[in-house]
Amino acid sequence: MSLKRIDLLICCGSSCISAGALKIKEAFHRAIEDKGLTHEINIIETGCMGPCDYGPVLVIYPEGIFYKHVAIEDVEEIVSEHFIKGRPVTRLMLQDEEKTIRMQKEVPFYQKQIKVALENCGYINPESMDEYIATGGYEALGMALTTMDPQDAINIVKASGLRGRGGGGFPTHIKWQMVHDRQEKEKYIICNGDEGDPGAFMDRSLLEGDPHRVLEGMMIAAYSIGASQGFFYIRAEYPLAIKRIRQAIEQARSIGLMGQNIFGTDFCFEAEVRTGAGAFVCGEEMALIHSIEGERGNPTPKPPYPAVQGLWGKPTVVNNVETFANIPSIFVKGADWFANMGTETSKGTKVFALTGDVRNTGLVEVPMGITLRELIFEVGGGIINDRKFKAVQLGGPSGGCLTAEHLDVGVDYESLKARGAMMGSGGVIVMDERKCMVNVAKFFIEFCVEESCGKCSPCRIGLKQMHHIMERITSGNGREGDIDELLRLGESVRNLSLCGLGQTAPNPVLSTIRYFRDEYETHIRDKSCHANVCLDLMHFQIDKDRCIGCSLCSRKCPATCISGSREEKYTIHQVECIKCGNCFDVCPVKAIEKIPGVPEEVAAHKARKAAQKSDDLF
Amino acid sequence: MKTLADLKKIREKAQEEMKLRGSDARIKIVVGMGTSGIAMGAREVMRTFLEEIANRNLTDVIVTQTGEKGLSSLEPVVDLMEEGKETVTYGNMTPDKVKKVVVEHIVNGRIVSDYVVSTGN
Repeated sequence: MSLKRIDLLICCGSSCISAGALKIKEAFHRAIEDKGLTHEINIIETGCMGPCDYGPVLVIYPEGIFYKHVAIEDVEEIVSEHFIKGRPVTRLMLQDEEKTIRMQKEVPFYQKQIKVALENCGYINPESMDEYIATGGYEALGMALTTMDPQDAINIVKASGLRGRGGGGFPTHIKWQMVHDRQEKEKYIICNGDEGDPGAFMDRSLLEGDPHRVLEGMMIAAYSIGASQGFFYIRAEYPLAIKRIRQAIEQARSIGLMGQNIFGTDFCFEAEVRTGAGAFVCGEEMALIHSIEGERGNPTPKPPYPAVQGLWGKPTVVNNVETFANIPSIFVKGADWFANMGTETSKGTKVFALTGDVRNTGLVEVPMGITLRELIFEVGGGIINDRKFKAVQLGGPSGGCLTAEHLDVGVDYESLKARGAMMGSGGVIVMDERKCMVNVAKFFIEFCVEESCGKCSPCRIGLKQMHHIMERITSGNGREGDIDELLRLGESVRNLSLCGLGQTAPNPVLSTIRYFRDEYETHIRDKSCHANVCLDLMHFQIDKDRCIGCSLCSRKCPATCISGSREEKYTIHQVECIKCGNCFDVCPVKAIEKIPGVPEEVAAHKARKAAQKSDDLF
Repeated sequence: MKTLADLKKIREKAQEEMKLRGSDARIKIVVGMGTSGIAMGAREVMRTFLEEIANRNLTDVIVTQTGEKGLSSLEPVVDLMEEGKETVTYGNMTPDKVKKVVVEHIVNGRIVSDYVVSTGN
């Protein structure tokens, strides 16, 4: 038994690591050794605690004190004040209006959250199997193996109402039942950790922060369906996740939880990690299976479904990381407990990666059915600088945008789908009023054009054409009828593509047309971008009343297109302006304004050039 | 490991290692670690508490610390907080007195009145 009196938990999620958490950990080790406190204080590296915006963050037990934005220089003070003298450092605590928040559990960010899959994330040391076991780990597996037959286990998952957390929302028990019912001896279980949505980091955080939980969930699934071999498919960009899962597998083996006759039963299981090269399409289950087989990661037509002919032609279940992470809790706390959370059709909780223009970016877990307003304004703390909320993109490049009028929509599979968005794997990108929705949609289409595997023409050619039109609209060459053409192409790509990537790739364009059609129209008809994002549809102008004639803008202009004098003030020559924005940044009196629309002289210049071009042709 | 009972053994051992993070401690020992407390040997007092508790495998006790309490002449000062009972404050503590408090008060539930400075909150 240890003699320690303080547990110092350092969040070592990737976000905190990039903010310097590992250096802080080293500094604590040194400082604590210098002061001779090594045998009194545990320094524990945990997975993501969630509030990435406050990173690097620390939690100090037994009090549960929460420190944010900790820098190397603060380490000395924490050790000498808090650890030695028992005076917590108030200056590093979170300030909420007038109040200082001392404890982690009082931080508003955590208030509306319910942690199921993330229960241990940020609380235990992910590299210690003992800590996982201390929180009740592997009890669910032991219980399932020793007291249930596979059908009982499937019935529990059925009663819980758990649906796939990877995006589609397919009921987990149906997949399991289908494979369970197959007669083949050889069956496989796969964990889909090929997380590729821009802005999403749920799976990575789970794999890094609580690897044993994912492994345990997979083993229960394997027992239920009769598989004795499992694969973790994780992209190579997640080296820490790969390392931790490999470590977890070895640790489990060391106490007999991996290999032959686990818990003294007939159940034998082996798991291994396969790394992916980072292709977005490999998140699609057929492509993923082919990638594990060593083939090119291309989707193939379904049916046959993986449950019938999956990996190496054998019945296979592919589940998402988060789906597996829910399983142990369902078995320990009961299917009813799980089914009591959430809505009629979507049970339990969902992990979201909250990013964009929201105050508290980070990893959150909330009950299904929570409204977008609660998610963005209460958990997320609202929009940065109190700007106006404009839209939220759910489900990454496959999802869609929702607007302010949808803020009171509950987040569950059906309500999101009905409104043109989707749950997806859980990426939530919040956008404020400064975003141009046409430009956002263009970004996602561009992503899908690059990630399309090229196997089927609707996706390969259709998306390329859609991107071409988007490019035209945002560069000021949009034509009447472009919106209808985008809708027509989008529908075709959606209906004719082979796999989920193509079927959902037009969503961002279709949903932004649905809710922000006027923005497309002003781009096309008025050649104007009201958000001043599309450079060809806006210009810079100097407000002569405010200009003090300092000439700084003129000197910083790389196109030398700003002229004037102290007396006459300065003017931008629009035709030569390259919209680099230097003048806007350097003006000491903020006299330079961004104005939507194309200035007359530029339009006239363009028309002249076009006329000349057609003259040259004849 | 072959049975659920084996798993339970591992769990119980591991839980002891993690008890600082749990909130179900029966007794909380708070050692005053202000400047005067440290000068009068609060560090040794706390270390003795930690060792005694570890040696006796007392899994429901946690040791923590606080700053100056104002009772400089009685340092090192230790508060013993027990769920549902009045807080007992011991003064002029030494490692030997700690050993006695652990045996008498924490294990057997008898307050060592000789060392008590005050009771109540």
